[in-house]
Amino acid sequence: MSRNRAVPLAVVSRLAWRYLWRNYRRTLIMLLAIATGVWAMIFMTALMRGMVDQMILDGIDALPGYVQIHHPAYRDDPNIENSLAPPGPKLRKALDSTPVESWAPRVKLPAMISSERNDRGVTLLGVDPAREIELGFDPASIVAGRFLEGPQDQGLVVGRRMLERLETDLGKRVVVMSQTPDNDIADRGFRIVGVFKGDLASQEEQWIYAGLRTTQELLGMGDRLSEIAVTGGDYRDNEALLAHVRGAAGDGVEVLAWTELNSYLGLMLGVMDGFVLVWIIVIFMALSFGLANTLMMAVFERIREIGLMQALGMKPAAILLQILLESLMLLVLGLLLGNALAIASILPIRGGVDLSVVAEGFEMMGASSTLYPALKTQDLVLANAVVIVLGILTSLLPAWRASRYRPVEAIAKT
Amino acid sequence: MRLILRMAWRNIWRHRRRTWLTVTAMVFSNVLLVFMISLQFGSYDMMIANTLQTFSGHLQLQAPGYQDNPRLRTSIPAIAELADELRQALARDLPGSRVAQRAAAFALASSEQRSLGIQLIGVQPAAEPGVSTLPGLVKTGRFLEHPDAAEIVIGSVLARNLKVSVGNEITLLGSGYDGSFAAGVVEVVGVFDAGSADMDRGFAEVPLGYFQATFAMGDRGNSVAVAVDDLARVPEAVATAREVAAGRGQLAVLDWNALHPGLRQAIQADLSSGWFMYGVLIVLVAFSVLNTQLMSVMERTREFGMISALGVRPRRLASLVMLETGLMALIGLALGLLMGWLVALYFNVHGFSYPGMAEVAERFNLPGEMYPSLTVGALLLGPSVVFAFCLLAAVYPALRLFRLRPVEAMRAP
Repeated sequence: MSRNRAVPLAVVSRLAWRYLWRNYRRTLIMLLAIATGVWAMIFMTALMRGMVDQMILDGIDALPGYVQIHHPAYRDDPNIENSLAPPGPKLRKALDSTPVESWAPRVKLPAMISSERNDRGVTLLGVDPAREIELGFDPASIVAGRFLEGPQDQGLVVGRRMLERLETDLGKRVVVMSQTPDNDIADRGFRIVGVFKGDLASQEEQWIYAGLRTTQELLGMGDRLSEIAVTGGDYRDNEALLAHVRGAAGDGVEVLAWTELNSYLGLMLGVMDGFVLVWIIVIFMALSFGLANTLMMAVFERIREIGLMQALGMKPAAILLQILLESLMLLVLGLLLGNALAIASILPIRGGVDLSVVAEGFEMMGASSTLYPALKTQDLVLANAVVIVLGILTSLLPAWRASRYRPVEAIAKT
Repeated sequence: MRLILRMAWRNIWRHRRRTWLTVTAMVFSNVLLVFMISLQFGSYDMMIANTLQTFSGHLQLQAPGYQDNPRLRTSIPAIAELADELRQALARDLPGSRVAQRAAAFALASSEQRSLGIQLIGVQPAAEPGVSTLPGLVKTGRFLEHPDAAEIVIGSVLARNLKVSVGNEITLLGSGYDGSFAAGVVEVVGVFDAGSADMDRGFAEVPLGYFQATFAMGDRGNSVAVAVDDLARVPEAVATAREVAAGRGQLAVLDWNALHPGLRQAIQADLSSGWFMYGVLIVLVAFSVLNTQLMSVMERTREFGMISALGVRPRRLASLVMLETGLMALIGLALGLLMGWLVALYFNVHGFSYPGMAEVAERFNLPGEMYPSLTVGALLLGPSVVFAFCLLAAVYPALRLFRLRPVEAMRAP
């Protein structure tokens, strides 16, 4: 019998499997703990991701567009003076080619709206309706009447809450006032032809839509614009789109991606990635104490057996391997259970969780009140990888200690 | 009892490493809970205080329906008398409370170069600083002084966008109480920097007397704002305000919850997601304790068999196991509380911040740093729940002792 013959892996793993179930209560409790932890990691991450995704999508819809072109001073001072010339041939060509999917010229200026009974400060949006819809305006959000029919449309579309605030109704006339380039006040009567509902209540009180040409004529601004909104490709990766538009837009204008236009949203993406990692690690740490404890007890119980095996010629490396395998089996089983639990609990709510009870609280965060969990492959992989890698690392110490026992002392241990 | 205590103490140190691992799990979650909960509570306090102090006050008296649809016409007649009555009643019930009446309207503000729609508030120059921090945030110029003067203080962004500064004139246009055309020329006497984009961009205050004259309101106003010293005493102030309001027919008394429904909900949403996370942590620690105690009971089967053969009741054995758990949990509680308190104390002095927090915090009217709340409640809440769950986890191992048969147990390996 050769002392140096390596024990086959099959034997080591069978030993590990049997040892794992020798004290089935302990193993089951640990499995339950791992499964709970993994479930919490994945479930919570999916909910938070879903919330942030929705916030970002709503936020991009509200901008709108992934990239916008402005007069350099417009964002700080959204005034008629800080307007843009319509796109020249070069920019026009760029906007009509990939990666741009759609773009819209817009006038966006502060204005006052008055009914017979009330007046309000609003943002007047002069839009080309067909392009606006391509850009993401959902025609289904018109709850009464119709959306604008063309840039020349003489009608006005207002939010549901604005209608209440003004105590007016569909088909009634209102007056819109805003400043002209010469600092005169231009005003014009509009008939309300449509009512929209917004993702956030504030949008319904803030925006009024009028035809682009109609608005430009009212304010005497010729064919000038406040902004050009552009979409195309994936919102998460808009470098190419940004470079494409920026290259064609030339100097003298500001071209920015949504991450900078709404820095809160841009930051949320990064904050979320950080949160997911911290959350997964914190949960793992809470688990690791139990894992280390379980393995330590498992080793402690069989010091004599370990000594015996060593005396019979099993190398310390095989002992180490056997205990690591035991831990790996425990982790994998726990992960399987945890992932299954997480998927089973996410599937029934994938159609959205209604949180309208705290809708106004969510609105403060810029989120709408339906939460769609978003299970991302990257998060699943991260959670599983963290548990396996750090789990094995945690098991190294007890396993290494087990492999260092001296056979004679170990056998003699009672 | 002394004996059983000594036994429990010795028992937990039989497996030194196992005990320390279990205790460390408790300490880990306790430190985390103490820190997170005190941070949460601290930020809620600040959120409420900042939101209420800036402008709205702790409670308001309004004409019914004004909160949902704030219109100039939804007003209260003889508002000055109402405010005085309330002031006297509160001086009696809650000394130190401040009261100020206001009126509000949308108006178009025009400078020589620009015109912008703004929210215009008529305030009492003398009383307003008591209920709102805005007068103190005037960075250039001064706050309003005379109740009838044609002067205005405006937000910093508004000043920039209108291209005006202290000493310039602004024309105000709006519609008056009777539906007539309201217009006036006011001098900019101050520019405030509230730190909130909405207020700095579209908010302005003029003296209430001037407002009432310009908007043809007579002695009317839209709201009476009240600030108290202690958030906890708001309900008393509401009760007093209700009494005063009762003598005046239909009036709505709204506390800060009703004024800012989003605030309480944001706190609730944050709390419940917080408690989900804490709950998971606590359950994991409980599993760890369950495992440890179950093992420690099972490996002592022979020992327990012998003791019970000597006539010790299972109830005493069970209480021994519970006592052992309690001792471990107590060490975890003490160490966790101490370390958590130190961490919270550090950030209470230096402020806690992470990259990107300032922008996120601005949404909730919070400054860029958060300061954990060091109240006993905030510190003890997490660890005491952990303590309770640890004891709960030991119930199953302890109950097993009631099923112990001395003779069989003594033969156990």
